[in-house]
Amino acid sequence: MSSLANNLRAASARAWIRVVAANRELSWVFFETFLPAMTTAGYVLVYRALGAPAEYEAYVILGGVMTAFWLNVLWGMAAQFFWEKDMGNLDIYMMAPISRMSILLGMAVGGMLGTAMRSVVILVLGIALFHVRFEIGGLAAAFGIFLLSMTALYGLGMMLASLFLLFGRGAQRWVEVAQEPVYLMSGFYFPIANLGFTAAAIASAFPLALGIDAIRQTALGSDTGFLPVGVEAGALAALAVLFFLLARRMLRLMENRAKRDGKLTLKWQ
Amino acid sequence: MPPAIRTRNLTRIYRKSPKRGAPAAEFRAVDDVDLEIQPGELFGLLGPNGAGKTTLIKILCTLLFPTSGVAEVCGLDIVKDCERVREKINMVSGGEASGYGLLTIREQLWVFSQLYGLTTKEALSRIDRMLDQYGLAADAGTKINRLSTGMRQKMNLIRGFMTGPSVLFLDEPTLGLDAHIARQARGFIRDWMAEDRTRTILLTTHYLAEAQELCDRVAIIHQGRIRACDTPAALIAAHRGDAVFEVTLTGLDGQAERLRQDADMKVSRLDADVAAGRTTVRFTLPDDAALTGALSRMAALGGKIVNLSKHEVTLEDVFVKIAGQSIAEAEKSSE
Ligand SMILES: Nc1ncnc2c1ncn2[C@@H]1O[C@H](COP(=O)(O)OP(=O)(O)O)[C@@H](O)[C@H]1O
Ligand SMILES: [Mg+2]
Repeated sequence: MSSLANNLRAASARAWIRVVAANRELSWVFFETFLPAMTTAGYVLVYRALGAPAEYEAYVILGGVMTAFWLNVLWGMAAQFFWEKDMGNLDIYMMAPISRMSILLGMAVGGMLGTAMRSVVILVLGIALFHVRFEIGGLAAAFGIFLLSMTALYGLGMMLASLFLLFGRGAQRWVEVAQEPVYLMSGFYFPIANLGFTAAAIASAFPLALGIDAIRQTALGSDTGFLPVGVEAGALAALAVLFFLLARRMLRLMENRAKRDGKLTLKWQ
Repeated sequence: MPPAIRTRNLTRIYRKSPKRGAPAAEFRAVDDVDLEIQPGELFGLLGPNGAGKTTLIKILCTLLFPTSGVAEVCGLDIVKDCERVREKINMVSGGEASGYGLLTIREQLWVFSQLYGLTTKEALSRIDRMLDQYGLAADAGTKINRLSTGMRQKMNLIRGFMTGPSVLFLDEPTLGLDAHIARQARGFIRDWMAEDRTRTILLTTHYLAEAQELCDRVAIIHQGRIRACDTPAALIAAHRGDAVFEVTLTGLDGQAERLRQDADMKVSRLDADVAAGRTTVRFTLPDDAALTGALSRMAALGGKIVNLSKHEVTLEDVFVKIAGQSIAEAEKSSE
């Protein structure tokens, strides 16, 4: 049996790669910071031109911060096992005397920390350029919600990563397909309550939708919340546990299928 | 102590997905393999590309399920006790490009050490000692994406050595290396074995000389089956009665390949230098007396002898006798 300490050691080493490598590669810094920042600024300007209420600008900044995490989950988690396979690292992880979940956990924590550094840029940009104001009183609650949403979101990422274990290059196509509609459904740019109850309930399966909605209610004093904050927080916690369990289940299933079908490694000879 | 590796009737069938028109094909990559390797052995699995070497290694490394049969590593079943098997093993393959390009050699090795429960202090002290021992100390800070093939393979070997596995699998560890680096790598492998007499290595190769030079025992694998298994010396001794000759001929123009069809001559190498009009053939005969007949058949094809010499039997000649073709031919026909 692999001990908890060994698994945590493996997870932190895997997380460390993320944080270090992400800051050594300038194109990633650009892709993960500058691009979401520009999109966010673009939306703010569009809303201004349209004469939208001032609090919408704050929503957009918040949405921009969350976008950075969503992109990271898609590109840094979901498609990750494929890249690992391609590089020849997957064998090494799979053969090691540790739980594979610790590798996923390391990818998640590392991705989260790396992206947190980027999202601070967007936040600071929003506050400095567009004078976005927050409700100081709600910040502690908002931060708690933020952590909960991150746990659920990266839980989803772990599940996607496991699901894609058997995928080849096709994984990338799926990631691209997933990217855009999620923006619409997740309330990055407007409150999901505006979608109507049914659509909002469906959107809530995506953890960021609930997270953003609850953060709006706490930190931005929004009164267009979908459900009460407490309910949303409870739902996020439930999603986090669910995704984590599903990820573990899926990973074991996919690993066994891969070992049966000879698809754990890409190169044969 | 249980055997380091033991397999019984081990078989792996790949199902190739059906191509248009053709039905789904089954392919026996590893076919009914029985092996027993003792702790302390440096064991070689010798065979051409496509023989099933990597498949066998992947099964033993818990990366692939066998289709049937059983396998044990250190007495542990590779399917049922797979997590405990993983604590005993490590694997390095030739030409592997593992790691993250933006990390340095030292950082990368540290990352991999963390998968095996080593404390950072212990890991770095082993890594630094090995970087020094294997001539990479000056490159410890070099990023992975800047490494030459040789440096990279040395790093890979350290990755396998540093976790102190009871059984280390090396899949074509010298693949693609320059001759002198390959020689260094073989030295490292021997040194690592010498440090602890209970360590076991299962190494695959399609270089005959490597198996002959490095391994305590060798199994010859061809089309998924073990065809012979013994010490290199014993394998050669079993064919000592054979007469191995090398002849250089001129005047064969284009007829050289016909020598391969000669039933009495087992041709293990045939180098035709078309520009110089010369052909060198290495072949095995049942005894010296058969030489006269062989030479007259060459003469009948128009060949004139430039040089003739008699040789010691090597593993290469043994392989040809056992598999019915040379490694090079086997690789050509499996493509
Ligand atoms: N995952 C796989 N799926 C289908 N066929 C495979 C797979 N891996 C290997 N093979 C086939 O099995 C045979 C043996 O391959 P391998 O074990 O890699 O041989 P070796 O390592 O001796 O070169 C080859 O014909 C190869 O094409
Ligand atoms: Mg191979």
